[in-house]
Amino acid sequence: MPAPSPSSDPATDPRLLRLHADDNVLVARAPIPAGAPILVAGVAVTLAVGLPIGHKLASRAIAAGEKVRKYGAPIGTATADIARGELVHLHNLRSDYTPSVALAGEAP
Amino acid sequence: MRAWLRADGRKGIRNVVLVAYLVECAHHVAREIATPLRKRDVQLIGFAGCYRNDYAETMLDRLCTHPNVGAVLLVSLGCESFDRFALARAVAASGRPVHTITIQSCGGTRAAIAEGRAWVAARRVALDAAPTVAMDVAELVVGTVCGGSDGTSGLTGNPAAGVAFDLLVEQGATCIFEEPGELIGCEHIMAERAATVELGREIVACIAKAARYYATLGLGSFAAGNAEGGLTTIEEKSLGAYAKSGSSPISGLIKPGIVPPRGGLYLLDHVPDGEVRFGFPNINDNAEIAELIACGCHAILFITGRGSVVGSAISPVVKICANPETFRRMADDMDVDAGRILAGAELAEVGREIRDLVVALGEGRRTRSEALGHQEFTLVYKSFAPLGPGCLP
Repeated sequence: MPAPSPSSDPATDPRLLRLHADDNVLVARAPIPAGAPILVAGVAVTLAVGLPIGHKLASRAIAAGEKVRKYGAPIGTATADIARGELVHLHNLRSDYTPSVALAGEAP
Repeated sequence: MRAWLRADGRKGIRNVVLVAYLVECAHHVAREIATPLRKRDVQLIGFAGCYRNDYAETMLDRLCTHPNVGAVLLVSLGCESFDRFALARAVAASGRPVHTITIQSCGGTRAAIAEGRAWVAARRVALDAAPTVAMDVAELVVGTVCGGSDGTSGLTGNPAAGVAFDLLVEQGATCIFEEPGELIGCEHIMAERAATVELGREIVACIAKAARYYATLGLGSFAAGNAEGGLTTIEEKSLGAYAKSGSSPISGLIKPGIVPPRGGLYLLDHVPDGEVRFGFPNINDNAEIAELIACGCHAILFITGRGSVVGSAISPVVKICANPETFRRMADDMDVDAGRILAGAELAEVGREIRDLVVALGEGRRTRSEALGHQEFTLVYKSFAPLGPGCLP
């Protein structure tokens, strides 16, 4: 696999990167705040939560059980139906190998 | 570059006096010996365990005879099982000054610290006057590791390190990437890059071993901070980590302590062989760095998104920051701002900057982590079988 060479899609917000033509997620190259409509593959969507840098959202609807693809390769299986423009993370994607660890809550 | 020539023909870009404790019970004494001169390349490493372990003994052997090391002080309590005699013989045979302090027979803590400080100070003076020779890029061994990865690591820092690896391999250098637990899912692409079909099979088997090992432990090589940084699964982290390897053919598969026989790109298999024993393959990034250095690495490229601050004993660690927000917060800890690729900088330009920085390390430049005094070191129990016949074609 060559080094990823992000290419921009004119019908998508320039802050989002499509890493491979086969991908169904896009990655934020800069933070995108919630609330303002943005273009995702030609369709205007409004983010329910802000997208931090390096996080990803669905470039199209993804059904529960479907593989999520990034860099052109599967990175796990969707555990819920995901709408276009929705954040893709631990709440709707799981590894096909080993579980991921996350901390809950904030410091007191 | 200028370097120190060792008796085995290898050259070092640093000339460190190493203080090595051979059991945790000797750690305090060793630290007290090293501390006064810690800013003058007197560095501390060691092994905490009291039980014999071939891997740990091999690791300390390779580290004490590393080309960046000029002299070695061994600090033993006296009753631990580590074979201090064999290690001292190996260091002496490498042409380096070596001395062993046994705390139980030299009069206890105070006497051991006094004797050790005097020996180390004398060696430091002698090494500071040692002549240097010219060194070519082709003689360099460079490793790469990523730590504190996030969603930017696979977009900027890791591929930029891959470009630097391609440039170094082109110039004849030896480059080593790792680690199988973070290359899960990439095995078949790697096998296609292998120099021979047999090596490709060894690589596929090595990743399968890693997947089994981590599955038995119930956790992948995935930390909470990875998720906070936007990575969701080990496959996603692996695909980003794989970009560190660049695009050169893979010349061989090695294990900790094996120095590659010639220039090229090598994969380091750090996952123990046999049934699962002794816990996680590597308990933190520094355990991986120590293994890369034991394979002869003169310098380490460390790519971080979340913001790791670590360095290492023995070899300089170049900190490549993948995330532009992290770089703004922690610029003092970072050598390279690879996150600027997200704002339009060329990957090739950042790759060249990394290669040039590695060469500058051989001309006296210090990394940020070196200047800040970072000399982290971790060595734990492991067990390995010998390399398979197809690993070094």
